Amino acid sequence: MSGVLLIEQALNGLQFGLMLFLLAAGLTLVFGVMDMINLAHGSLYMVGAFLAAWLVGLTGSFVLSVLGAVALTGMFGMALEAGLLRTLYARDHLSQVLATFALILILNDGVKMVFGTDLPLSAPAALAGPVELFPGFQYPAYRLLILGVGLALAVALYLLVQKTRMGALVRAGASNRPMATAMGVNIRALFTLVFGIGAALCAVAGALLGPLLAVQVGMGENILILAFVVIVIGGIGSIRGALVGSILVGCIDTLGRTGLQQVFREFLPPQWASAAGPAIASVAVYVFMAAVLAFRPQGLFPARS
Amino acid sequence: MAARAPEANADRPDVPALKVGAGATAITATTHLDRTLAIVFVIAALALPFILDALGAGYYLSLASRIVIYAIAATSLNLVLGYAGLVSFGHAAFVGLGAYATGILVSEGVVGSGWHLLATVAVTGLAALTIGAISLRTRGVYFIMITLAFAQMLFYLANSVKGYGGDEGLNIKARSVLGFGAFAIDLKNPLALWYVAVAVLGASLLALARFGPSRLGRAVLVLRDDDVRAEALGFPTYRLKLLVFVVAGVLGGVAGALSVNLQGYVSPNVLHWTQSGTLMVMVILGGVATVWGGLVGAATLLLLQEVLAAYTEHWEFWTGWVLLAVVLFARQGLVGLLGSARRSVAERR
Repeated sequence: MSGVLLIEQALNGLQFGLMLFLLAAGLTLVFGVMDMINLAHGSLYMVGAFLAAWLVGLTGSFVLSVLGAVALTGMFGMALEAGLLRTLYARDHLSQVLATFALILILNDGVKMVFGTDLPLSAPAALAGPVELFPGFQYPAYRLLILGVGLALAVALYLLVQKTRMGALVRAGASNRPMATAMGVNIRALFTLVFGIGAALCAVAGALLGPLLAVQVGMGENILILAFVVIVIGGIGSIRGALVGSILVGCIDTLGRTGLQQVFREFLPPQWASAAGPAIASVAVYVFMAAVLAFRPQGLFPARS
Repeated sequence: MAARAPEANADRPDVPALKVGAGATAITATTHLDRTLAIVFVIAALALPFILDALGAGYYLSLASRIVIYAIAATSLNLVLGYAGLVSFGHAAFVGLGAYATGILVSEGVVGSGWHLLATVAVTGLAALTIGAISLRTRGVYFIMITLAFAQMLFYLANSVKGYGGDEGLNIKARSVLGFGAFAIDLKNPLALWYVAVAVLGASLLALARFGPSRLGRAVLVLRDDDVRAEALGFPTYRLKLLVFVVAGVLGGVAGALSVNLQGYVSPNVLHWTQSGTLMVMVILGGVATVWGGLVGAATLLLLQEVLAAYTEHWEFWTGWVLLAVVLFARQGLVGLLGSARRSVAERR
């Protein structure tokens, strides 16, 4: 693989990883603090993407639409948490699986009723072209934007969790919820807010990835599983773990896809190489997870000590 | 392996007896096979094709067969999920492997059901042994994720094997043929497929009903309730779990082999995680750790879909609300709901 291609793929991997992080951040907190398996987290990503695409049709402005979608999805997430998910925290994992699986069905079909099975969403025209990062290396401007937004949000979230009072309360909840409650932290109220933020981050990822992937019903299902892989690798409940895990998974997935394809081309017929590359790259993520769990059963950065 | 658990019981008759006594409250009527229900099942299974024919609704036999095949898969998952308390989120792997094992053999021109059964049992048994041996070293959430990961690997593998359809799936023209010579029964005949499927389901339910109260079954229930204690009591917990995992995997594979015979088609989608999710939903909906849970769950979900789809294209939406209602208001699943309704009727008398 040439150097330029390698840099390009590394940037793509980082970009995908950062978007995964936006999903995984909310998921790991719900899982870590409330011990809740939320299969419907990917649906919030879908809802965010559809809202953004719908708002672009109304307003014509990409930035306004993304902001609007983020605000609306955040509110939707808070309503969902307060109205339904809250009652599930005390239930066993199986009930949570059944309830949130039901939510996937409801949200998938609900979105289909309101918006149809898919909506067009394209990157703003100003960012459609490539940017020359250094002589001889061009990179799409829109992907650069995603990279920038992802990095900024990752830093902001890190500061929020590590440096603020609210973050300290959330971390206390993740490491020992009964103790945090006994110390007078109102975990329930705090958590509605945390869930809202998590939903808003999903919407950011959905709206920004929309133009690259596709805004369609069911888009949340596959990325949800990757987000679960990320939080298991990173350590459930740990924001830092989610960040490291996301970038690792993003890079393995992206580099594996192109890298393995290149390698296979050397000694396999082309149609086999183009098929086997993506398949083995997808498998590589899971093999990596299994390897991490074999050596560090609690993930890379366990939140519970 | 099966002999070890009773030995552990025999060594310390007092301690396990205490635990089994405590667990006996958990072994309710739902883990035994109700004789009336069993008779109803047999009569319904024998008579259904003729009833449907008389009503001029022969088409519904294929729906009924689909329900029965899903019920076999859900029942096998219930063994792992309910009885052994192992939340496997990758059961579709075994159903899919069974379907592919049979589908590939048929597409290669091998139609003898003996070979299909052998291949299905060998492939799914080996896969379950491997996946189980690795996954069972983890617990809780990590077990859920590892089993999911293995199923996803197989999903991507099936997508990439272009020789057998790749992501477009594999169509088969022929079907399994039971027996040979003058006694050959082609499963292309819907009636034959129906009777084979209900026979497998009936045998599975009977085995599950025998398993619950057996010494082996009680040992598994003990380790579900507290596997540290079970281990301290001398139960070979790891091997017991692995045994249950492999048996359930093989039964799931048989369900897959039947489903490819029903549909004449297998695609990587049978391995997708939403399939594992659907099977889990069926078990939880019907009733975890109950004999009839898998059948009740599969029948309810598929019939609900069928009925709703006749009235609205948005049947998923309404199915979701029904499932939510079950989570919130029928905590023991539908079998539990029916049981408590029967009890309250009995009390009123």
